[in-house]
Amino acid sequence: MVNAINDALDIKLKEDSSVVVYGEDVGVEGGVFRVTEGLQKKYGENRVFDSPLAESGIVGTALGMSIAGMRPIVEMQFCGFIYPAFNQIISHVSRMHNRSRGKYKTPMVIRMPYGGGINALEHHSESMESIFGHIPGLKVIVPSTPHDAKGMLISAIEGDDPILFMEPKRIYRAIKQEVSEDKYIIPLGKANVLSQGTDVTVVAYGAMVREVQKAMVLAKEAGISVELIDLRSIYPIDKETITKSVKKTGRLITVTEGPRTYGVGSEIGQIALEEAFLHLEAPPARVSGFDVIVPLPKGEHHYMQDSYKIFYQIEKTVKY
Amino acid sequence: MFTEYSVLENKLFQIIDDNGKVVNPSYMPSLSDSEVLKVYKQMLFARTADLQTVSYQRQGRIFTYPPNYGQEAISAAVGLRIRENDWLVPAFREMGAMLSKGVTLKELFMYFMGYEDGSAFKGANRVLPISVPIASQLVHASGIGYAINQTKEDSIVYAFVGDGGTSEGDFHEAINFAGVWKVPVIFIIQNNQYGISTPTRMQTASESLAIKAVAYGVKGIKVDGNDLFAMIKAIDESIEVCKKGEGPVLIEAITYRKGAHTTSDDPTKYRTKEEEMKWDKKDPMKRLMAYLQERGLWSTNEEEAILPQYKEEVDRQFIEAENYGPYPNEDVFKYMYSQMPDDLKDQLNEYERFLKWKESKLSNKK
Repeated sequence: MVNAINDALDIKLKEDSSVVVYGEDVGVEGGVFRVTEGLQKKYGENRVFDSPLAESGIVGTALGMSIAGMRPIVEMQFCGFIYPAFNQIISHVSRMHNRSRGKYKTPMVIRMPYGGGINALEHHSESMESIFGHIPGLKVIVPSTPHDAKGMLISAIEGDDPILFMEPKRIYRAIKQEVSEDKYIIPLGKANVLSQGTDVTVVAYGAMVREVQKAMVLAKEAGISVELIDLRSIYPIDKETITKSVKKTGRLITVTEGPRTYGVGSEIGQIALEEAFLHLEAPPARVSGFDVIVPLPKGEHHYMQDSYKIFYQIEKTVKY
Repeated sequence: MFTEYSVLENKLFQIIDDNGKVVNPSYMPSLSDSEVLKVYKQMLFARTADLQTVSYQRQGRIFTYPPNYGQEAISAAVGLRIRENDWLVPAFREMGAMLSKGVTLKELFMYFMGYEDGSAFKGANRVLPISVPIASQLVHASGIGYAINQTKEDSIVYAFVGDGGTSEGDFHEAINFAGVWKVPVIFIIQNNQYGISTPTRMQTASESLAIKAVAYGVKGIKVDGNDLFAMIKAIDESIEVCKKGEGPVLIEAITYRKGAHTTSDDPTKYRTKEEEMKWDKKDPMKRLMAYLQERGLWSTNEEEAILPQYKEEVDRQFIEAENYGPYPNEDVFKYMYSQMPDDLKDQLNEYERFLKWKESKLSNKK
């Protein structure tokens, strides 16, 4: 996935001179996860550069650039470090287009690794996408494969809205997949049905997709047929794909890494209730993090969703 | 000192040179030989622990760790002066100061192994846990300073940040608040030349970091952070300023991170061997060793004799941390609030039902 993201940045830097890439340690070092490796050498210090260590400054200046006609792509080094920029995101980035009644387009992408499972220090493992999905005016997307990462990022850069591009760092290098060297785009806001099934719909995104796929092996042994949807976009949310699937299977489980209460799973469950109520054979269920701070590595296994936690819920929902 | 070494003139406050020779005797802090030796030994212990931690990490026995290597004098100077009733507000590269405050190596090891219990600091008062989000801890220091002024107690706050952290808004807000409130806080910037890969010159167009004190109306000084005596003297003078109710003070301690940013980082990508060699000559322990040897207070033989004891002690505490034991289910939940809300109790109970179910599934499979 790291290479696919790098490839997308490379393509856009090459074909669009208004694109710049910056953030903490993205230039000389190529990013702490090496996502921007080699780009400064290729495009120079005016297009790919290290910024001072100040997230609010990074995001706020990106908004300024976008208002003035550029397409900045900025990196937040870790999900836990985005909060100094939260004020800029919620007070200006998400609002400028509306505030100026559409006069100012604000095309910008904030890239950010997120999620747990890498034995990291505090503030390096959170999945707080629901907070960002809750901000009107901001798009929030999450790829689950290298192929999707490339196509979705190119779409995001070419779009005219501010986008938070969340990168599931646990699978940065975990999924090997051939990715076309050519430019291609994946339209934003559309979920992807990865497996057809009949007994239960499972909606996941990011690193959780792979965990669901592992749980599906256990489900299959138990004779349960799972329909897996990769949500891809937290906002806008693809109600149509979710509804269609839930109407077919009659059951819904969401699998998310973030805390449970007011999470993305709650929103999807509500969509099922509103759009497919009479088709439901079990209450929509959530497999999620607990409402706690993600434990440090020695306790993280308690918190993380794995194939057994997911299968436990699949069994419960199907037997309901 | 603050007038003679004005930040407006970008002067560097130094007492010993690179060879450990006293070049600024009028500012030499009053320390007995045995006190100097004691601090040197503390630095030696901290360095031993630090280097060993990096090797534990390489052995896969600990996760990410931010080395202190080369920056020991700054923590040691604070460690010498900090009292029971003073506060320590660390960032994450202040091992020596934390040990002086009563934090144990075992606890630090536990933290970097991934146990929150390593931040409980059971035997140490008035030291905050390690703060990972850069510079965010400094505003807490200002708040603690306000509380000290309210109660009029005799206490000083020592707050740490790195050079990169001076770019964050919280750095500026903290010093601004502290200046307006005139609180007894000594802000110490460990300018180790890099924020991960980014050199200090790319953080600011100011000619120093210390000069930023001027804009907030507080005293500041740029100190050779690899010169133990200069650090001690700068702290002594800062304490006087705070005691007169004229705090805070901003100290920029010039040093060099001889190790990596963390064990996940590779410094060869952004700095040269020549640069590392240049700074190696300014190593704080080499300079202090030269000072001690000159006076016949310490020798390489004595050092070689004591090092195995230090290594053994570090190992002992590391193994204790390794044997800390499993992480109970309940510990995930129980410190979230002063009393556990019912919903969290439900989540814990459901988790325990799941674990039972999983156990039976797995035993059926066998």
